[in-house]
Amino acid sequence: MENNDINENTIVCVNCPRGCRVRVQSQNGEITNITGYQCDLGIDYAKEEFKNPTRILPTTVRVKGGELELVPVKTARPIPKSRIGEAMRELAGVKVQAPVKRGEVVVEDIAGTGIEVVATRSIALSQDQDNTGKKKETS
Amino acid sequence: MKAEYDVIIIGGGVVGTAIARELSRYQLKICLLEKDADVATGTSKANSGIIHAGYNAAKETLKSRLNIESNPQFDRIARDLKVPFQRIGSLVVAFAKEDISRLKKEKQVGLDKGITGLEILNQEELRQKEPEIHPEARAALLAPTAGIISPYLLTIAQAENAVKNGAEIRLKSEAVDIKCKSGAVSAVVTRDGSELNSRVMINAAGLYADEIAALVGENYEITPRKGEYNLFDKEYGDLVNHVIFPMPSEESKGILITPTVEGNLLLGPNSNPVEDKEDLAVTRDGLEEIWEGGRSLYPDLPADGVIASFAGLRASLPGDDFKIEALEEPVGFIDVAGIQSPGLSSAPAIATMVRDILADIAPALPEKLALREADFDPELKKLPSFQDYKERLNKWQDIFLQNPDYGEIICRCEHVTRGEIVAELKKEFTSATLNGIKRRTRAGGGRCQGGFCGPRIAEIIAEKLGISPLEVTKSGPGSEILWARVKDVKPDRDLVYGLGDNK
Amino acid sequence: MMREHQLVIIGAGPAGLAAALEAEKAGIEDIVLLERDEYLGGILQQCIHNGFGLDYFGEELTGPEYAERFIDDVRESSVKIRLKTMVLNISSDKKIIAINEEEGMIFLKAQAIILAMGCRERTREAIKIPGTRPAGILTAGTAQRFINIEGYLPGKEVVILGSGDIGLIMARRMALEGAKVKGVLEIMPYSSGLVRNKVQCLDDFGIPLKLQHTVDYIYGKQRLEAVDLIQVDDNFNRLPETRERIECDTLLLSVGLIPENELSRDMGLKLAPGSGGPLVNELRETEIPGVYACGNVLQVHDLVDYVSEEAEVAARGAANFIRDSLKKREKEIIIEPGSGINFVIPHKISYQDESRKLIRHFLRVDEPRENIKIVIRDEAGSRIASFGREIVTPGEMETVKLPETLISEGTDRLNFSIEAEGVEENGKQ
Ligand SMILES: Cc1cc2nc3c(=O)[nH]c(=O)nc-3n(C[C@H](O)[C@H](O)[C@H](O)COP(=O)(O)OP(=O)(O)OC[C@H]3O[C@@H](n4cnc5c(N)ncnc54)[C@H](O)[C@@H]3O)c2cc1C
Ligand SMILES: Cc1cc2nc3c(=O)[nH]c(=O)nc-3n(C[C@H](O)[C@H](O)[C@H](O)COP(=O)(O)OP(=O)(O)OC[C@H]3O[C@@H](n4cnc5c(N)ncnc54)[C@H](O)[C@@H]3O)c2cc1C
Ligand code: SF4
Repeated sequence: MENNDINENTIVCVNCPRGCRVRVQSQNGEITNITGYQCDLGIDYAKEEFKNPTRILPTTVRVKGGELELVPVKTARPIPKSRIGEAMRELAGVKVQAPVKRGEVVVEDIAGTGIEVVATRSIALSQDQDNTGKKKETS
Repeated sequence: MKAEYDVIIIGGGVVGTAIARELSRYQLKICLLEKDADVATGTSKANSGIIHAGYNAAKETLKSRLNIESNPQFDRIARDLKVPFQRIGSLVVAFAKEDISRLKKEKQVGLDKGITGLEILNQEELRQKEPEIHPEARAALLAPTAGIISPYLLTIAQAENAVKNGAEIRLKSEAVDIKCKSGAVSAVVTRDGSELNSRVMINAAGLYADEIAALVGENYEITPRKGEYNLFDKEYGDLVNHVIFPMPSEESKGILITPTVEGNLLLGPNSNPVEDKEDLAVTRDGLEEIWEGGRSLYPDLPADGVIASFAGLRASLPGDDFKIEALEEPVGFIDVAGIQSPGLSSAPAIATMVRDILADIAPALPEKLALREADFDPELKKLPSFQDYKERLNKWQDIFLQNPDYGEIICRCEHVTRGEIVAELKKEFTSATLNGIKRRTRAGGGRCQGGFCGPRIAEIIAEKLGISPLEVTKSGPGSEILWARVKDVKPDRDLVYGLGDNK
Repeated sequence: MMREHQLVIIGAGPAGLAAALEAEKAGIEDIVLLERDEYLGGILQQCIHNGFGLDYFGEELTGPEYAERFIDDVRESSVKIRLKTMVLNISSDKKIIAINEEEGMIFLKAQAIILAMGCRERTREAIKIPGTRPAGILTAGTAQRFINIEGYLPGKEVVILGSGDIGLIMARRMALEGAKVKGVLEIMPYSSGLVRNKVQCLDDFGIPLKLQHTVDYIYGKQRLEAVDLIQVDDNFNRLPETRERIECDTLLLSVGLIPENELSRDMGLKLAPGSGGPLVNELRETEIPGVYACGNVLQVHDLVDYVSEEAEVAARGAANFIRDSLKKREKEIIIEPGSGINFVIPHKISYQDESRKLIRHFLRVDEPRENIKIVIRDEAGSRIASFGREIVTPGEMETVKLPETLISEGTDRLNFSIEAEGVEENGKQ
């Protein structure tokens, strides 16, 4: 809700074990004052975290015909925090074909962020399939 | 569905399975019903595992007689059924002067009853046998015929052997009703609605024997009394060499310490009445109580050596004796109730007593029943177990060469191979649950308590049964260990908070 | 049949992998790497989160990425790898017995051995929670393996006991995969996890962290149904009036890691209190000459980067042992943890080595403190070095590099302790 009230948010700085609770005061979404940090890293962090909090998202997606059922992946760059839920939902539907190489792009643009999702582990073909990639019936 | 049996046994504890095995010596159609996913899930799984010498049954009781009668039979039973059993002897330890005279009296009672080898040890002799015992322990009564056994392996083996000799065991089959016809039992109804006809019903339902008896109009009450335990890491298994009892009180034999056949150390039980027959919870107070008890015998018990705590429930009847008898009405109903301690030690004689009762009532049954001996194989074959090869590992190679599954370790703590698990699952009688496999092979029973091998065993079970690992249970329906496949569940869109502002 | 090798490494996690590479680099040609799992990389393969490698590679990687950098190199090397091979026993004369499904029983003899078996998690029994024993209680690491490798979610409503990094990471992991995480409990007044993990794994998802709380009771016959939470005071006394019942079907335990000591113990190695693993000198050599230990089997590390580094130290030690080019000090120096410090690794300094200038020590403090100094004193009590720190916590391993020139010839004991800032200083940083 936009109004002229002064808001205060507490952001815990993650740059060192001290974990300062940096207080960010803002008006209409603009930072007016920052307190509670013990070094400059805290200011930068709190600004960034206030304006555009982003995270690397590490997770997994399904693999077809691989030695394992899942391949670990991550977003190639941090994505906005608010897109994480959507990204997970999208990734739930992704299935890649083995073999997978580490670094291979699994999704080109995750949750409309324009950011790639890449494999973080190589997955070889499953042993119980022949080299044509056809799966032997095992169930 | 209708089925015809000569005898139905209700309850797959050590007692029910001992009876099933005993009766499978005869040409009888036998069915044992067990409500849970395995046998030995009631009192027979959680107890001290002691085959008592019998001396502590000072009064003239049925349980005392059956215990003394059974004790000498265990060497044979253990050999036939390949159940680990060791006659390590027991010691009742006296601290006060007065207690020594009590021990002497106990000894005399025991000798009179035919228990052999009883002996009073003085302080020095005691210390020699048990160097770590409390320094103030003065004397002890040694009963060399006492032993330790795995109570659930005994129960499982009795079941397997009964099945081998033609008995049928139905797991997950709870008896909920008994039908009678003209003054005689005729059928049992199970929870799933099946009706099983039989001329004889044997009530070996442990804690629930009163409820089964009530189905035929009997009226008695079984009250549960809880006993709690601590199990110590194998590292401490040789802290004690005998079953060590304190001086017994009126109600109980007290909190004891004993090695187990698996090589762990066991401390317990206390004895507290509880309301609920399913109350197997371990309590903080209870654990403190047994800890105190343990420390008074062995001051140096290692507090951080405990790897598991559990509780068992005694099924006690007023009068505190076994109740083993046939009813006059309905004909064909035999009670085997109130089998509290020493029920394990008495199981063989209980079974023969039931056989005798059955022979007695047979002529009175609506359709005649004769006890004719059948071909009976008392033995079970021992399957290869890696544990047994610890001292001669090169010999395991021969087993491996027959089947490479015996080269793949599944349980890393207890060193159980895939071959052993698969062999267990192939048996005619088994329980394809994680607990079932754990008890039979020890897989998942080690220090990490199945942390690593749990999923792997679940996969083996799933493959064997042709089900999804999601359906594999720890101990029967309702105890599934997994919820869903990853990615089949989707999180909410707004999973993540906009701005971290948590206190 | 007993095969002989120069160097046998047990465990192919980051410690074993780095040790193998470093030993090869040091000129050892006959190296065998035994791993019980079906893949290389150890625990890292299930740690799919980022946060690895900043120290070692100067870039932030996930666990599998970090592992794969070593795996690629090991695959190219002359190191002989045996997967799905479980070591069952090691004797003090360095005979190794292992088993796998291809060869069955395997009997090896080694000139030198590096133990790199990692650690295991403490279970419920280690903390003795009263109640029933239903399905649904598992360690956080097991859950991590279930979810990230096997592909199964163990439950839908989760309480996590223990706020170390593994507990925090798993809170996020389960939340991301659609489970409801009802809270993380921590019996201490502080979390032992990284601040970053607390923020990104809990705060981001609105998962409460309850400090000075523990599980008091477990309910459920077949599957877990609920737990009682309870608050504790500063002396860990439970406060009954704070008891609160929370419904959940899953309880994850993240209550500590302990070195995988089975083999070490069986071979007769003494275990050090504090660090929990075998006693070692600065080359990570155990009491049995030629047997080395590194990584989590020696001390539970929180940074894999240090694991790799430690493994390299051990590997160079083993290589020199094989070549017989080590020179003992006249007197061994015993390292003692003093006030404020739980343990220091190495436990002693045994060798003379002109080529090295610094000896790196790892240590863990006993509680969080700000503006302190890590002070090293000799047997006479005189301070030989001191290292200022703005903040130390038990959750983050400290390291100090002690210049060898500061250790005088006759020294036989060094004491490490925490002292308040501002005390007069006569050593150098
Ligand atoms: C703490 C403790 C310590 C003990 N220590 C010893 C000892 O050291 N030595 C010794 O000799 N004895 C000991 N005992 C006694 C011994 O354990 C018991 O006497 C013995 O296990 C009783 O066996 P059971 O077969 O009668 O009962 P249980 O093992 O309880 O078997 C009854 C079975 O019936 C099943 N059942 C119940 N209702 C139904 C139904 N409606 N339909 C189908 N199945 C049903 C149950 O699921 C259960 O499996 C101890 C007991 C306790 C509690
Ligand atoms: C959940 C979790 C999260 C972590 N997060 C981070 C992080 O964010 N950043 C960071 O830097 N560090 C992190 N760490 C720490 C780091 O991952 C570990 O310190 C490191 O992996 C330890 O390496 P290791 O080689 O000693 O042990 P492991 O990786 O455990 O490897 C030991 C290997 O030995 C094998 N083995 C054991 N016994 C035998 C036997 N008898 N025979 C054959 N093989 C055997 C095992 O199978 C295993 O592969 C985390 C650790 C955990 C558990
Ligand atoms: S503001 Fe500075 S001192 Fe405070 S937590 Fe951040 S980095 Fe550490």
